[in-house]
Amino acid sequence: MADEIIRLTGIHKSFAGVRALQDVDLTIERGKIHCLVGENGCGKSTLIKIIAGVYERDAGEMIINGTRYEKLTPIEAIREGIQVIYQDFSLFPNLTVAENIALNEELAEGRRFVNWRNVYRVAEDALAQIDVQLPLKARVEEMSVANKQLIAISKALRQNAQVIIMDEPTSALTEREVRALFSVIRKLEARGITFLFVSHKLNEVLEISEKIIVLRNGKNVSQGNRSEYDNRRLVREMTGHDITTKRYTYTPDKSSEPLLRVDGLSAKDLLYEISFDLYAGEIVGVTGLLGSGRTELALALFGTLSIDAGQISINGEPVKIKSIQDAIAHGIGYVPEDRLTEGLFLERSIGNNVVVRIIDRLRGTLGFTDPRRVNAQIDHWVNALSIKTSDPSLPAKTLSGGNQQRVVLAKWLASEPNLLIMNGPTIGVDIGSKDELHEMMKTLAGQGMGLLVISDDIPELLATCNRILLMRHGRIVEEIQPAQTNENELAAKLIEE
Amino acid sequence: MFRSLIKRNEFLVAVTIIALVLYIGFRNPVFYTYSNIFDLLRSGTVVGIFAMGVLVVIVSGGIDVSFTAIAVFALYSTVKFMVTYAPDAPIWMAFVMASLIGLGLGMINAFFISKFHLPTLIVTLGTLSMFHGFLLFAIGNQIIRNKLPPSLTAFARTALVSIQMDRGIANLHPAIFITIVVAIFTWLLLDYTMLGRGIYALGGAREAAERAGFNINHIQYFIYGFVGLLSGIAGMTFGALNRQANPQDIVGTELNVIAAVVLGGATLTGGRGTVIGTILGVTLVVIANNSLILIGIPPVWQRVVIGIIILIGTGLPAIQERRAGKAMVGLADM
Amino acid sequence: MEETKTKAAQKSLLSRLSGDSYILRLLAITILIFIAFSIVLPGKFFTVRNLQSMAVQFPEFGILAFAIMITMITGGIDLSIVGAANLAAIAAALILTHLGGDGGMSLSLVIPLAMVAALIVGSIAGLINGFLVAKVGITPILATLGTWSLYTGLSYVITGGPAITTTQLAFIGNSSVVGLPIPVIVFALLAVAFSIMLNRTTFGFNVYMLGTNPTAARFSGINIDRVLIRTYWLSGLVASIAGIIFLSRANSAKPDYGASYVLLTVLIAILGGISYTGGVGKVSGLVLAVLSIQFLSTGLNMLMLQLSGSSKAIFFRQFAWGGLLLLVMVINYYSEKWKDKRASEAA
Repeated sequence: MADEIIRLTGIHKSFAGVRALQDVDLTIERGKIHCLVGENGCGKSTLIKIIAGVYERDAGEMIINGTRYEKLTPIEAIREGIQVIYQDFSLFPNLTVAENIALNEELAEGRRFVNWRNVYRVAEDALAQIDVQLPLKARVEEMSVANKQLIAISKALRQNAQVIIMDEPTSALTEREVRALFSVIRKLEARGITFLFVSHKLNEVLEISEKIIVLRNGKNVSQGNRSEYDNRRLVREMTGHDITTKRYTYTPDKSSEPLLRVDGLSAKDLLYEISFDLYAGEIVGVTGLLGSGRTELALALFGTLSIDAGQISINGEPVKIKSIQDAIAHGIGYVPEDRLTEGLFLERSIGNNVVVRIIDRLRGTLGFTDPRRVNAQIDHWVNALSIKTSDPSLPAKTLSGGNQQRVVLAKWLASEPNLLIMNGPTIGVDIGSKDELHEMMKTLAGQGMGLLVISDDIPELLATCNRILLMRHGRIVEEIQPAQTNENELAAKLIEE
Repeated sequence: MFRSLIKRNEFLVAVTIIALVLYIGFRNPVFYTYSNIFDLLRSGTVVGIFAMGVLVVIVSGGIDVSFTAIAVFALYSTVKFMVTYAPDAPIWMAFVMASLIGLGLGMINAFFISKFHLPTLIVTLGTLSMFHGFLLFAIGNQIIRNKLPPSLTAFARTALVSIQMDRGIANLHPAIFITIVVAIFTWLLLDYTMLGRGIYALGGAREAAERAGFNINHIQYFIYGFVGLLSGIAGMTFGALNRQANPQDIVGTELNVIAAVVLGGATLTGGRGTVIGTILGVTLVVIANNSLILIGIPPVWQRVVIGIIILIGTGLPAIQERRAGKAMVGLADM
Repeated sequence: MEETKTKAAQKSLLSRLSGDSYILRLLAITILIFIAFSIVLPGKFFTVRNLQSMAVQFPEFGILAFAIMITMITGGIDLSIVGAANLAAIAAALILTHLGGDGGMSLSLVIPLAMVAALIVGSIAGLINGFLVAKVGITPILATLGTWSLYTGLSYVITGGPAITTTQLAFIGNSSVVGLPIPVIVFALLAVAFSIMLNRTTFGFNVYMLGTNPTAARFSGINIDRVLIRTYWLSGLVASIAGIIFLSRANSAKPDYGASYVLLTVLIAILGGISYTGGVGKVSGLVLAVLSIQFLSTGLNMLMLQLSGSSKAIFFRQFAWGGLLLLVMVINYYSEKWKDKRASEAA
């Protein structure tokens, strides 16, 4: 009989008549790493919030450390050693590392005055526990996402965490940072700390977890030991059907001028001597670790990073790209990595988001915007990319992640770019949508567009690209043919120094 | 990165002040005389008190533009009350009464802000108009100057230090101590109390502050109450120094105070700002306001120079930040 | 096919109406204020004379409100408008008094010249703001606070303090066309122009997008520097039009005219439903806010005069303006809450 720290049975939860969780069971065993997997909207977050005492369940039984709870408050959850690390980490960007770690403890002790010596001591202790060194007096906003996560973990440990629940902890991390995080987690596990991961990155789930719980549409699908699962089973259970990924093969006609030729592109301390060709109809992947220059390359091509040397040619014509306007004038589009802040106008209508690039072309009499032409364009793109909405005049924030990404895509496709740079094309998109987006990318390439895909999602690269460029320290070090490699080999190359 | 930027901002202000002081002093040695320095301190007294209140609000991520109306409301009501009912009341009573009126008006701001979650700028814009309007039509709109309570007149004449000059006497008014005490109190509050850290936390990440267990409502009541209270004190000090209660005074100077606080490194988005920086900001604004005439800049140029100082003071950090921001591009995927 | 199309049309009309619930409420409030004063002040408020007198008053701040509006939609603000307006008025007054005096140039030449000069001064003032906000990167509230001081200061430097008196533009302030005072016509033309510009031009579209999310706007290829500079230029231009109206009504230009208009126009913009965080705001809301503020001011003035017979009435309206702003915000708060509740019940 395993030592159960949390046991939920028959949990029900509805929001305003919408059923979020239905008869869900969940058992968390002491000292083990658990993964809760499922697509967006399957009820993962609701379940976490019930465990954290943020939501009250409608029905079901909840036993924590042997105590049966009729109603669990957030304070009681914390007292039972349950700590949730949300995606935004709940940190204060303007305060120092030390204060972020120690603040909750000081508050919990009901202090009225700050003892700074104590704050630094607490923070130092907490970081030492996970063998991490960070500048205590630096502000948290100066820290990388990975370090913020470590700060959040230290903070949780200081509050006597027994169970640490992490919501999508790796979504903003690069491969190497994921390794570092996993090693911290394993260390803590060895000391008896229990983990519950929420994730939809299947490789990572399979790598780190000992127990797996799958949810779909608010119901249990299965739960069991890691050894019982593989990639295929997880996909099937999460989505309800098998997804087979076809690779994309394409051999460009190299006798024609390449769509994009980059020759010796350099930017101080960021990019060195980058050279490659991209032909129409190709999907070229660019991958690498943090600081490898993959995003910088995209930004240089899109005119937001100034270059010191090198030449960019479009269709054989040498061009200068000094601004976003230049890039657009040369038929380059850019789907940014951070969709919410760089890609979308969340409060504006879906329609406005779609036509923002082409509004100037939709003019009628006297040069004024013609609403009929605008609406026709909106209808066209909402249909063409199957954006699921009841009304395109609703704000873009009402859409799910996958549909939001389609809106960003529609925005660029409307302006008919020749080359589309996609940075992290499916970050935060659930598996079903991800597959559809990948198919869309292949269709676009089939129509003669060139795609440059920046990603460190290895299955994605293998599924969509006909060539992959591997970057390290600002240089392209290798060109990889997806047909001649596999996930493990590519993953190993990615983290190599 | 940012930390050093903020530091540089305070550093920048300090350097500007030193340069200005050296230049003005070089051009006109009168600048270094006791009477001039005492005058500057006197001018800084009221702005300094206001600035501490404004600093606290800005750190919390809010803004208050009603503080001038609160100040003149507290000042005028107190003086009118004293003149009518208690002409012999001691000066401390005047300050207590003005502070309490200020506190009460500040609580009205807090009520709207915390109960209805309304934006602070809009609430205080509304109450600025309400408080001032109410004062003028319901309490009084005539200047009280001639029959001031004796305790007030006596207070106005006190001098901490009197130095005999060639022409007349240079007096240092003890009201500057009010400012010093307020500044020290604000510093201790912000840096050494959990409430102060809660104010920074609220300004940095409101949701995280709630999750951490800060009581946001209590903090907001404190903040706007505190600003109100300081405004009452500042208003009373202003009246005492000028030996009159004019219901049209003070209102209209709110942006000067906000500019001083922002010059001192506080950001309107919240979470940042220090007492030291604020003192530097106030110093710069006061010197610019009062000493230009010493280097032959006629008074009509005063506003032009203030405008240019605000533009340089906010423009240089903006340019620096842009440069830093440009270099940071590409770290977007950190 | 035909049927689905009509459904879509109905839906968009419905959603458009519910999206405009704020404007509808504001319309109701404006009408209510008007009717209430007409009843309480029989034979005083709802008279041709009073309507005419209100009509010459509101364009002064109403025109300035357009300047605040467009800058607020981009997520900024322009505090310098009154400073720019006075500076423009002083430029016009200088030309009128120096070139148009006895033995000077003919009036038909000097008056257009003075107006053009005012518009140029306003444009320059606006372009400076635009440069500071877009190119230097200063927060708009601080940049325009600085230029407010700068422009007002320049006015003091030019005039040395006192007002410059000239009656040559009085015809604008006093005469009317088909029964409408010229300032009202200017206000109405600006309302139409702004409405078309915001709803039916690329620039207007970009203004809303920029105000919603400047980063996304940049990454979508909108030249945000250009949009910002144009916005502040327009703001300055509108301010100079207001400046000409100031001059024509007061028959003098002075550095500190209309200082309370800065607060008043911000108040009007917010009352009109223009979000100070950017991206939201309509001309219809702004016009209703201008009218309701004018009705309220005049009505309260008359009422207070009738009740107390004292001059304190002008102070009461200041109180009422602030109260109205808070009242509308609180009503919005409860209506949002009510809407949320109904939505969750429906679900």
